[in-house]
Amino acid sequence: MPDLLEVKNIETYYDLVYAIRGASFAVKEGSITTILGNNGAGKSTILKTIMGQIEDQPDKGIIEYDGIPIQHKDTDEIVRKGIAYVPEGREVFEELTVHEHLLMGAYIRKDTSGIKKDIEQVFDYFPVLRERTNQWAGTLSGGEQQMLAIGRALMLRPRLLLLDEPSLGLSPILVKEIFSIISAINKKGVTILLVEQNANMALSISNTGLILENGRFVMKGKAKDLLEDKDVKEFYLGIKSETSAKGYQRWKRKKAWR
Amino acid sequence: MIDLIQMIVNGVAVGSSYALMGLAMVIIYKTSEVPNFAQGEMALISSFFAMMLLTSFNMSLYLAFFLTFVFAVLLGFFLEFAILRRAKEPNILGMIVITIGIEMIILGFVSWKFGADQKTMPFPIGPYDSFIIGDIFVSKLEVLTLVAALLLMTTLYLFFRYSKLGLAMKATQQNSVAAQIVGVRTNRIMMMTWGISSLVGAVAGLLISPTIMQPFMMWDPMLKGFAAAVMGGMTSLPGVIVAAYMLGIIENLFGGYISIEFKTVVAFVIIVLVLCVKPSGLFARHYIKKV
Repeated sequence: MPDLLEVKNIETYYDLVYAIRGASFAVKEGSITTILGNNGAGKSTILKTIMGQIEDQPDKGIIEYDGIPIQHKDTDEIVRKGIAYVPEGREVFEELTVHEHLLMGAYIRKDTSGIKKDIEQVFDYFPVLRERTNQWAGTLSGGEQQMLAIGRALMLRPRLLLLDEPSLGLSPILVKEIFSIISAINKKGVTILLVEQNANMALSISNTGLILENGRFVMKGKAKDLLEDKDVKEFYLGIKSETSAKGYQRWKRKKAWR
Repeated sequence: MIDLIQMIVNGVAVGSSYALMGLAMVIIYKTSEVPNFAQGEMALISSFFAMMLLTSFNMSLYLAFFLTFVFAVLLGFFLEFAILRRAKEPNILGMIVITIGIEMIILGFVSWKFGADQKTMPFPIGPYDSFIIGDIFVSKLEVLTLVAALLLMTTLYLFFRYSKLGLAMKATQQNSVAAQIVGVRTNRIMMMTWGISSLVGAVAGLLISPTIMQPFMMWDPMLKGFAAAVMGGMTSLPGVIVAAYMLGIIENLFGGYISIEFKTVVAFVIIVLVLCVKPSGLFARHYIKKV
């Protein structure tokens, strides 16, 4: 499979803060790729950089989508190329109904009948939303808003879907449900780039995993291998290895693979 | 009793022009969170543009008004595109100062171009044409203002409720980041917001111009419209309309029964009271962001 998205050595600043320090990775068409990392590692920043949400950034580097550079383009232009984005903290329109949200999701499309079909499809993924069709998004629960945000992104009929922490603030059962739906969406041919804290869950549905620390990727590999990796287990999956009781060793190992 | 009804009728009429100015301000405020203090002067220059077309170019009324509306929309586009969008790293205070600057520039320009004396607008309905229903005087201009205001409000309502562009505008107003990521060109939406707002203001200006036509004509309606907008919560279109009519009626009743000298002040007393009791305005809704 060819690479749908290729990020080459990007560097992003927030004013003077050097957030992404030369990150490169590629997303294969049809795959699920997960970026893992601690708080403040720069995971969300990478997605925002790809979507052109940070003004004048990336400072350096190239982002290629389907072989065409898309860095320094306006967000709406990037969206029109077929990349959908579900931001962190589910940015919904408080005073628009669920139905209006889905219409807004299809804002750049013109095919009325196709839009109708896709709305039904979204309702099939998330049956709760069907019951809430005419309810304002501001009155939905957090989980429903997350589903709505994903549904709205699907209305674009994207080739590539960027998801920023879809599990944030959801109950474990809901997290499971969301991830199984993400997996189902992927099976329909949508390439997915996922940013997560919930390493176990994310890696279990992904093909490839990347680990980000302080704005650099420190590990890349098949999701399966990462799940088995000793360091990943300890630092991201919370499974302690016995030697780490001695603090110095933990320090040594962590340093070693930075 | 007849006095009371008369006052209420006058209040409704004057409330209509407040409502239009208030609406114009709210439309912009909702998208950009900037109270546009140049709103009155944008309407002012549009009114004077109409007068110029009518008197100096002897155009027919319909053509002149049509061109004025086009002018108003373009003016809104231009101000947003050329001035407000250029503001680097805008904060709200800076934007407010920019709108005040625009206001002064337009005011100065109109005073210089047309002079500061009272003009007469060649409007087909004079300010004193009126008819009597029962024992109540209703001026034709008041009726026209009310009808125009109601028509415009209905149009705006339908526009925001049913059109795709209206939906996109509402979406941008509520969450511009989310609007961008579904592919809305938010810059363009912003420009259109200014255009529509300027058009609404121009209608108000044209309806006020037969009564008073000089560079300061829009100050009172704009401040009252702003007062109504604040009372209504600054973000609610129905809110500002209700508040504007309330303001017009209360003002007239106050003038009739209590004190004519303090008639114009009462609006601001009401604002103070409203802001003390319900700081977010009477009709504002607030959502707590769910995490």
